[in-house]
Order: sequence, then C-alpha cells, then structure tokens
Amino acid sequence: MSTIEERVKKIVIEQLGVKEDEVTTNASFVDDLGADSLDTVELVMALEEEFETEIPDEEAEKITTVQQAVDYIKAHSKD
Amino acid sequence: MSKRRVVVTGMGIISPVGNDIATAWQNIVEGRSGIGPVTSFDASAYATRIAGEVRDFDPVDAYFAGIDAPDDERRAIAKDFKRMDPFIHYGIVAGTHALRQSGLVVDERNAARVGIAAGAGIGGLHTIESTALELAARGPRKVSPFYVPSSIINMVAGNLSIYHGIKGPNIALVSACTTATHNIGMAMRLIQYGDADAMLAGGSEFATTPTAMAGFCSAKAMSTRNDDPTHASRPWDVGRDGFLLSNGAGMLMLEEYEFAKARGANILAELTGFGMSGDAYHITAPSGDGAELAMRNALHDAHLQPSDVQYVNAHGTSTPVGDLGEAKAIRSVFGEHATQKGKFAVSSTKSVTGHLLGAAGGVEAIFSIMALREGVLPPTMNLVDVDPEVAALGMDLVPNQAEKADIDIAMSNSFGFGGTNGSLVFRRA
Repeated sequence: MSTIEERVKKIVIEQLGVKEDEVTTNASFVDDLGADSLDTVELVMALEEEFETEIPDEEAEKITTVQQAVDYIKAHSKD
Repeated sequence: MSKRRVVVTGMGIISPVGNDIATAWQNIVEGRSGIGPVTSFDASAYATRIAGEVRDFDPVDAYFAGIDAPDDERRAIAKDFKRMDPFIHYGIVAGTHALRQSGLVVDERNAARVGIAAGAGIGGLHTIESTALELAARGPRKVSPFYVPSSIINMVAGNLSIYHGIKGPNIALVSACTTATHNIGMAMRLIQYGDADAMLAGGSEFATTPTAMAGFCSAKAMSTRNDDPTHASRPWDVGRDGFLLSNGAGMLMLEEYEFAKARGANILAELTGFGMSGDAYHITAPSGDGAELAMRNALHDAHLQPSDVQYVNAHGTSTPVGDLGEAKAIRSVFGEHATQKGKFAVSSTKSVTGHLLGAAGGVEAIFSIMALREGVLPPTMNLVDVDPEVAALGMDLVPNQAEKADIDIAMSNSFGFGGTNGSLVFRRA
C-alpha cells in the first residue's frame, strides 16, 4: 500500500503532466509545476476522488503545495 | 478594386482513409473504403452500426509526426490533449500538419498577419454527453473545470493559435456540413480584403457518439447496410440508402500570392472562387436551387464560365434526395458542357470516406487539389446501378475507377442542414 504522500505525488504527476523529480514535497503547484487556475481545481477534484473526501472550496484554495495537500488529506481522509 | 490572389501552400488531413495526405489520397484513388463497424461505443441497439472512424491515431504522436520535440514539449501537449474532445485533436493535428507543410515560420514580424478559421458541424458532443451523464450521476461539483474549453467549437482555432503563436483573425464559422467550406472561403475573403496574409482554414468533426448516431438514425438519414460497410456509401446508385457518419479533419494553409511567393513557398494550387447561398426551404431536405446558386456564385467570383470547369467534387452523401438534387443542380449550372465526357466529370469521394460533416469540405478541398496536381479524377465507388434519373443527365460520374485527366479547374461542393451551401473553385498551380 502506497503512503498518502506517494499517492498525492502520483496524482500531481498525472494531472499536471510533470516529471516525478519535479514533484518535491515543497513544490508549489502554480509557481513550480506550471499549473493554472483550472489545473488546480481539477487537481483538487482528483484528490477528492482518490481519497474519497470532499474538500470545501475555502479549504481547497489554501492547498497550494504538495505538502499542504498531504497535510490536508492526513487530517481529513477516512483512510 | 482588384482582389488579392489566394494560394494553397499546405494541407493536413485526419480521416477514416488515412492520417496523412499521401495515404488518404492513395486510398481515395484506389477506392478503399474507410467505413467499418462502430467501435467508439456499443452500437448494437442502433439501426446504423457502421461509420467511418479515424484509426491508428494517437494525438500526441500525430502532432509530433516527423519532427523531433523535446520531452518537455511532448509532456505539455499530452497534458493539454487529455482535456480536449477528439474533434479538437483532429483539427489541431491537421492544422499543424498543414502549417508545417507550408514551411511558413510564424514569428514576431508576421504573427499578427496570420490567422485561423476552423470550425466543426457539431463540435464537442462526445464531451458534452459524458459530462451530462456525470452531472446526472454525481452532481455539479464533479464537472471538470475543463468541460467548456474541452468541448466548444472554436477550440481548434484557439489551440492552434496558442501552439503556433498565430495572432491574426481567429474565427470558427459553424454551418453544419458546409462548415469547412465556409471557413476556407471566408479565410480566402479575409486574405483578399487584407485582414490577413495567411490563414489556416478548414474543419473537424468527431460525431460518432451515442446521441448523434441515434439522432441521425431516427431521422433515417444514414445507411443501414450494416452487413456490408465498405459498400454502404454509394452516391447516385439506385441502392443508396443514406450517408455514413465519419470523423476527421481537413485543413488548408492559405496565403496571399505575393506573400507566399516572396518567401519561396511551394504553391499547391490557387483558390480562385467562393460562393454561398441559403435554401430558404427545409431544415434537413435540400432545395436543389440553393446548390445551384452557390455554384453560380463561386463561378462568378472566380470570373469563370461553366465550360472552364473540368471536375466537380460533389457533396454526394449517398442520400436518395440529396444526390439527385445535386446532380440536377450541377447539370443545370454547367449545361451541355456537363455531358462532354473527357471535358467534365463529377465524383463523390464520400463513397470512400463517408460523410465527415463539418470536416467534409476540408478533406474534399484537399482531394480536389490532389486531382488537379496529380491529373487523376478520384472515383465514385459502389456506383453499380446508376439511378436512372441521374443517368439521364448524361454526366461522367467516374464510376468505380479513377480516371486520368489533365485538368486545370476543380470545384468542391458542400451543403448542410438548415439549407446552407458553399462552393470553392481551385486552379492548378
């Protein structure tokens, strides 16, 4: 079973079309990984899907890095 | 004011008979049908279960066909392409191939003088259908933020502009099965009038989707010759029973003559005439006289007499009413000249490709240009038993076998639902 961090990184790689080594823990989706506003919305939707959770819009706006996504999932996921 | 001259310098095709010009043209000349069983969804409950699908097509590989691209660029395109309806893939790839063939380098100096006119007859139906189902099943929060930009019709023009830095006029005319012809014709006008020096123009389509197929089936517009797909499209034959729905794209690179000449471009043909008309008759049935008017307007625009034309690539979709109406319209426009075998011929390449709807005028413009360049009239396949009313008109329909012919002028016709007509005239370069 993959860790939450591995699963988040996998989704980021798929959604943003970036290389694995670019997806560092502190990478910012917009500044480091080239995401635009639509990409980030879709990324959050993919995270919701993977972790069977619902991320409210006001929370989603605060998730701007890989680490923040991992932290949010750890705090809220049913897994 | 004398009009600026417009020439064709590049062509790109994605189709059921091939995804490059050479392959598609060879299949057209040899009459090798692109029609087969529908594979994009389970069509077992449909009256028509056959169509012309694009085969062996990976959009990213096709986009980069024949060029070396860095991994980063491939990854970026692959990411974008995941969020696009197939009709957008087809249009982008065909447009990119046309641009590359032309050799035109779009840079800071000329970007504002290069434009795009590319539409679709129906557009992102595949994406619209699946999103509607998703919405019904899972609610609005599950609808992708890319839903709208992945399905709307002007996204072929939009994405081509983004990928190639093309900053001139960016439009997407929508007129059912006349879409590509109208986009090519209007692109010609924009160049003639000085709005642009070069235009990518044409159309694309991916309409073999569950609702579109069901709608065309209910309208009894399509052939039900399911057990014999390669012989199902048979324009002017007594056994014709409707069109075959096909996917793909056809795009031309058009340039103002002096602009093309100055950069040493290889000129493939000249686009000398464009005519349009409306039927004022019925939402789906053609009037006949609308087709006539479009052809007459195109001849007038090209400053040609009917007897100057040697080949007409017909709309010829294989419907009982449409085929007869068009044949009569052609006979009426071209008069006795139309009966002079060796001087005039009409054929329908839809007998091989099926009907690409909004892309049809694009691929058929390409086949018309190839006929001029190669001196070969592509055949009307499956024309075994000519409709007596059509036969009585006395025209060479190029039945079942390509013909060699040294021709200078070719016309390409497109007619669409709503009663929208367009004709283009090409001259050999």
